[in-house]
Amino acid sequence: MTNPFQDAKLHDCRDAFTNVLETVGETNENIVAVCNDSVGSSKLGGFKDKFPTRLINVGIAEQNMVGVGAGLANAGKIPFVCAASPFLTGRALEQIKADVSYSQTNVKLVGISSGMAYGELGPTHHSIEDFAWIRALPNIPVIAPADRHETAAAIRWAAAHDGPCFLRLSRVGVPDLFSQTHEFVVGRADMLQDGGDLTIIANGVLTHRAMMAAALLKEQGISVRVLNMATVRPIDADAIVAAARETGAIVTCEEHTTFGGLGSAVAEVVVDRQPVPMCRLGVPGVFAHTASANALLDDFGMSPTAIANSAQALLKRKA
Amino acid sequence: MTPTELSKLANRNRARDLRGVFEAGAGHIGGEMSVMDILTALYFDTMSVDPKSPLDPKRDRLVLSKGHTALALYVVLAEKGFIPKEEISTFLQPNSRLNGHPNRVKIPGVETNTGPLGHGLPIGVGMATGAKLNGDDWRTFVITGDGEMQEGSNWEAIMAAAQFKLDNLTLIIDHNRLQQGARLEDTNNIAPLVPKLEAFGWAVEEIDGHDMDQICAALSPDTITAGKPKCIVAHTNKGQGISFMSDNVAWHHKVPNQAQYEQALKELEEASK
Repeated sequence: MTNPFQDAKLHDCRDAFTNVLETVGETNENIVAVCNDSVGSSKLGGFKDKFPTRLINVGIAEQNMVGVGAGLANAGKIPFVCAASPFLTGRALEQIKADVSYSQTNVKLVGISSGMAYGELGPTHHSIEDFAWIRALPNIPVIAPADRHETAAAIRWAAAHDGPCFLRLSRVGVPDLFSQTHEFVVGRADMLQDGGDLTIIANGVLTHRAMMAAALLKEQGISVRVLNMATVRPIDADAIVAAARETGAIVTCEEHTTFGGLGSAVAEVVVDRQPVPMCRLGVPGVFAHTASANALLDDFGMSPTAIANSAQALLKRKA
Repeated sequence: MTPTELSKLANRNRARDLRGVFEAGAGHIGGEMSVMDILTALYFDTMSVDPKSPLDPKRDRLVLSKGHTALALYVVLAEKGFIPKEEISTFLQPNSRLNGHPNRVKIPGVETNTGPLGHGLPIGVGMATGAKLNGDDWRTFVITGDGEMQEGSNWEAIMAAAQFKLDNLTLIIDHNRLQQGARLEDTNNIAPLVPKLEAFGWAVEEIDGHDMDQICAALSPDTITAGKPKCIVAHTNKGQGISFMSDNVAWHHKVPNQAQYEQALKELEEASK
């Protein structure tokens, strides 16, 4: 079996996040971090050492945390509000709606250890609803980077962007997909490889698995286009329409429930503009059993082999 | 403006609010009457704000956390010059920017979009923290309802404000003893407020929230305790200034009929003279 990442080193995207935050914090004193006791899990120790007064730890109080972020933005600061994604997006959802989305405040929401990164800790600590929740709100770009370089580029973009955004980061190691000079453009899909038989669309920790599946399919003579769709809202509709028109079938893969996430967002465009057969892989609307983060992805049909098998099955439905 | 002049202005503002509710056929008149003296004192005595420069970084901030009393804020903002006075007539009309809850994106002078309760104080903590980080001396004021203090998010913010020693933050609780459908004491009694807040590390002052001398004195920077956030528990009456509405739970968001409107207007105009 060909594995394009056979010898690849795996990297924790949180390190890229905090490295960039510390760097942009040097040149822009308005950059501050807000957290809910999550200095360690958000990897903010270095930021705290460098800028002790600019790390605002509100304690275990997520509603207050998001409100404080909105208030800091009102005072001209650029707050990166960091917490485990289930608690940031779940507990403080109404603050995100009223104080960030509706009020259009310059708050950067950073959901750490998103998806099923907490594995065995169970569904209370999984965040497989956050795409759906946040993408339903106006004014907040929803971004799930696929590797450390895309994470770094997205954080640089967020720091310079005047307005809210939601960055969804994992703690699960992923191989490099992009170069160090990768430029992040919000709302733009990146074609990682072109192909004519079908398209796999993924983001976050699923993108490299999509690439592995594409390599397996290539061995079977199937030519696959792979789109990394880091931005779930605003979604790159043109790239989806082109994929539908030019390849005729689309598989989506996401570390999220299949109710309302990336697959749903892609399907909305496909149904409206260019209907083709689709297969949406993800967590099928259940709470996960006990297993590690990567094992859960395998168990929910998103091992490279399982993705390839789903793609094969989809091809049979192609006109 | 002297306290007497401020009181008269507050009653004129009440009359304008009353007309707004009567014409729109909706509004939260009870809580608007209870908060009007406090809002009038803030904008015409205490706060440094300039309608010509509503986003001046050094301005004082007010967050009306009890956002359902938006019309009271609109009337005061119009009186201060942030929006045209004639625009109050558009309250709740189709496509008016003056809907039932204030919107910072549309209305100059509004600092944050409120409506769901328990949001304003956390935002105020963020504002006051930002001012401290910037080395600025502008102040942050948050007005909550007393029923609103049942929201847990307020107590998260109360703890943080004490921890961060935010003496540039003032919380004013409009303590009119009534929530939407009943008295607080019959619902989820938050009393005693003063020892609770003191135990949480705040400097607390109780005032008559309709006595302009007391309001202005309590809002004065001279009364700040260094290193402590300040809470003013303002004892008020829902429906203040209108005899048949005052302290009457029925008037949370009831609309007066023609006869009631005329009587209420007469009482408020008398008090404005």
